[in-house]
Amino acid sequence: MTPDKLLALGQTALELGLVNALTVLALFLSYSMLNVCDLSTDGCFTLGAAVGALVAISGHPWLALPAAMLAGSVSGFITATLQMRMGVQSLLAGIVVNTGLYSLNMALTGNKATLPMNKTTTVFTMAKGLLKDTPFAGQYTLIVMLIAVALVVLFLCFFLRTKLGLAIRATGSNADMVRSSSINPAFTTTVGLCVSNAFTALSGCLMAQQQKNYEVNMGSGMVTVALASLLIGGVIISKHRSVPLRAVGAVIGAFLFRLVYALALRLNMPAFMLKAVSSIIVVLAISGPYLRKQLPLLLKSMGMRKRPASLPEGGR
Amino acid sequence: MLILNEVSKTFNPGTVNAKLALDKLSLHIHKGDFVSIIGANGAGKSTLFNAICGSFFPDHGSVVMDGRDITWMPEHQRAKQIGRLFQDPMRGTAPDMSIEENLALAAGNGGWLSRVSGADKKTFRDKLALLGMGLEDRMKQPVGLLSGGQRQALTLLMATYHIPKLLLLDEHTAALDPGTAEKVLALTRSIVEENKITCLMITHNMQSALDLGNRTLMMNQGQVIYDVTGEERAKLTIHDLTDKFRQASGKALDNDRMLLGIDSNK
Repeated sequence: MTPDKLLALGQTALELGLVNALTVLALFLSYSMLNVCDLSTDGCFTLGAAVGALVAISGHPWLALPAAMLAGSVSGFITATLQMRMGVQSLLAGIVVNTGLYSLNMALTGNKATLPMNKTTTVFTMAKGLLKDTPFAGQYTLIVMLIAVALVVLFLCFFLRTKLGLAIRATGSNADMVRSSSINPAFTTTVGLCVSNAFTALSGCLMAQQQKNYEVNMGSGMVTVALASLLIGGVIISKHRSVPLRAVGAVIGAFLFRLVYALALRLNMPAFMLKAVSSIIVVLAISGPYLRKQLPLLLKSMGMRKRPASLPEGGR
Repeated sequence: MLILNEVSKTFNPGTVNAKLALDKLSLHIHKGDFVSIIGANGAGKSTLFNAICGSFFPDHGSVVMDGRDITWMPEHQRAKQIGRLFQDPMRGTAPDMSIEENLALAAGNGGWLSRVSGADKKTFRDKLALLGMGLEDRMKQPVGLLSGGQRQALTLLMATYHIPKLLLLDEHTAALDPGTAEKVLALTRSIVEENKITCLMITHNMQSALDLGNRTLMMNQGQVIYDVTGEERAKLTIHDLTDKFRQASGKALDNDRMLLGIDSNK
């Protein structure tokens, strides 16, 4: 592989990583902070893409971003209401909303599974026009995505230090304590899911604009891909670091995931393996620490079987 | 100050497991009272606290605080006026957050989007220093790293950060080792006395039930069976208490921890 090709590979990974990073940051808020595994992520990603594509096609590429975010936060509000005020289990609430969103997305696009955006003005084509005669002409995607991700990271750093942000983090850590601080955990969960789903939808919206195409299945498996990225980020920057650092870690995780994936594609891994790879990463990252704890126990019990008459050393 | 009118609560009603946890319990707590509550396991002590806090709503009766009926007020709203500590030191704090962030939530200053200010940090430092545990130099550390006693002391500080109208202590030193328990109890006494907080304390230690506060309640089967204050209480010994229990309930006190408490305290 020539250095040129390697660089191009790195850049593609960075661009796609940054698009995904927004979803990863959304999960950073809902999964790492609020301790809710939001399974509506897939549908919400597609919803953002659909709304963003429709608004962009109608000639408002900028308006597409807040429109997608608004749609996402409404979806988050519904998920939160189902689990906090209507007694639906957290995981089930996400799945139910996810399923419902498929129909909604089809309805939004007039029963079309794809919306081509080849001739549509997007935030990326606008940036391309702006940067035409500068040295950064080839990097317009990267620059737009860097700005978007930086803004979201900055927002999260600010938000998670406010009283509301602290209450959201405490809800994930100890809901009893939130209640005794006179704050309703149902409220903090609702706000947290609204904000996180707004970012997921923004991620989908930018993905559609960047790929110049909307497809009704583009979000499928997104929650696992994003979770894998988040957990990779968690390995680089551990749980005990400060929140801003961890948010940056989530972004790095998204990039690394895409980089490894791009390299694997180069080595002739078929593209359809993406989801299997992300599933395996999630399983390894979550079960790893658990199994490591179980290992001494397992070894001990095996030792017991060898010498049933005597207790292993240090055993109780 | 706090009035309970014939509060009843049955768990699992209509099943074989039906349990009458509170039986038309009426209680009048005066402002500034420090009440210790004793009783066997399952006597309804924690259920009484749950009814006061709003962890559940009673089947019957009403809870009135400072002339206001709070029977149907949600738990998190009552928490503005009621502080509560549990036996489990893990319940009162968020382990993944720093000491400073935990205190910031307890302080709850400012609007939703306000952040911890320098002045807040100074106040936190001063308050932490009063605990005498060196926590003021560890404000950035996650609470999960603290020992049980330190966490319980921090919870006490958080529950009394804004002086509550009522403080409920549910065996808050029972899970600590004896030395730490004594320290947390001393802290409790000084904070409660200094701020004249009305306080209810469940304890299994008969000696501290008599030592602390100005009034003692004995509970059995969801009712208050013995309520003592003033001179009568001043003369009481632990053996008087166990005798009273036998008289009132018709059986011996069957709680190992309480009986062990007698032995260790003579």
